[in-house]
Amino acid sequence: MKTRNSGSVVRIAAPLWGMVQRFYFPLLILAAIALMMIGHVNGTAVEQARTRVTDAVSPVLDVMSRPAASVADGLEYFRQLVDLHDENARLREENARLRQWEQAALRMDAENRSLRSLLSFKPDPAATVVSGRVVGDPGGAFVRTVVVTVGEREGVERGQAVMSGQGLVGRIVQVGDWSSRVLLITDLNARIPVVLESSRQRAMLAGDNSDHPLLTYLPPNSEVTPGERVFTSGHGGLFPPGLPVGIVEKGVDGKPRVVPMADLSRLEHVQVIDFGTTGGVAAEAAQPGAMK
Amino acid sequence: MAGGLFHQLDRTGRNLLPVSVTILAMLVGMVPLPLPGYAMVTVPLMLMCLFYWVIHRPDLLRPLVVFAIGLLQDLIGGTPIGMTSMVLILAYWLLITQRRFFLGRSFLMLWIGFALVAVGAAAVQWAVFALMTATMLDGRPVLVQALLGVALFPLMAWLLQRLHRAYLS
Repeated sequence: MKTRNSGSVVRIAAPLWGMVQRFYFPLLILAAIALMMIGHVNGTAVEQARTRVTDAVSPVLDVMSRPAASVADGLEYFRQLVDLHDENARLREENARLRQWEQAALRMDAENRSLRSLLSFKPDPAATVVSGRVVGDPGGAFVRTVVVTVGEREGVERGQAVMSGQGLVGRIVQVGDWSSRVLLITDLNARIPVVLESSRQRAMLAGDNSDHPLLTYLPPNSEVTPGERVFTSGHGGLFPPGLPVGIVEKGVDGKPRVVPMADLSRLEHVQVIDFGTTGGVAAEAAQPGAMK
Repeated sequence: MAGGLFHQLDRTGRNLLPVSVTILAMLVGMVPLPLPGYAMVTVPLMLMCLFYWVIHRPDLLRPLVVFAIGLLQDLIGGTPIGMTSMVLILAYWLLITQRRFFLGRSFLMLWIGFALVAVGAAAVQWAVFALMTATMLDGRPVLVQALLGVALFPLMAWLLQRLHRAYLS
């Protein structure tokens, strides 16, 4: 050190430096705790920092996740080769069944259209879809989010619903220029108003970081049948009604849970859906952080 | 002196190895693997790097840098900001005071040491998260994560040792 030879500076600086050295680790830990407090109080600044950093890192993650994805595809290919025969038989059977359903659907579609024309029904605006690749699930054991490769440039906005082929995956909570973060329906903070298909019972789907989120706010005497399908109810205005979410099951603890239709552990591509509703962000502002 | 400059550059590059490996470990830990339940129990690769470098070359992985890497992880991961930094710094503190004990011991002792650190880090993380969100989270994924880390530690330690020997000795 240069200051070691120059008298008065050393007399003040050296003990100070000694103090810092001595309490280096406690000081760093205090700094971390202070950051946690700041993050708790001043959410927006932290949110902005998160958006910036995620935007900066997502191209790197994009490149890194490609080999992992192709290895997984390769493994999947060999797994499928093994039970090709059984799969074929199953699909044939399913195809026959689906053909019957197709007939039913066509008949209903025609009927629906004629009835709508009688009622001069105003249909919902058509939804637009942006597809993105999942490049990271960085939360570990604590947070269930994924980072996807679409952002503001593609017209993604906060609060939009995210679906995979089969069902609801989550909601956009953070939008950068070319990346965004999706809060999965299994996250601790996810709350989605849902409705059960046949009993028309309303409930709140509450994530608890496990793979199967809880059905809460059911009336005490209501009976939930496992196997019943669950859809978004559209209450609170964040999601449009009727998006498929999952299937009811009885959890090991006896509480009703929902098995998501989308396989959240192997998300590769997701669709961000803009239903053209303006209620989303407003409804979110009324209860920030929660999926009202 | 061109040779001197190149030598300097070369040495700086080599000295950046622990930091870059730790950052790389963080990013690798974020890549989604389509295994059921994997997202919940991501292997604590970063902790393994920290453990190895603090014991072998603490001069090349300073606490402040570790703090920053932890912060980066929190920003990208969506976890409460400062949480990972705190856990990493606590681990660093513990390791640097026990460094002499670990140096020159058998691999088994290192492994046991890492197991203690991993379980301790998991416990601290769990407690901090519970305090921050006021929820009693299911502790099992956190514990499984730590145990997975312990199981994979020999492989990672071997890799890091290869890198260490190739570039820093």
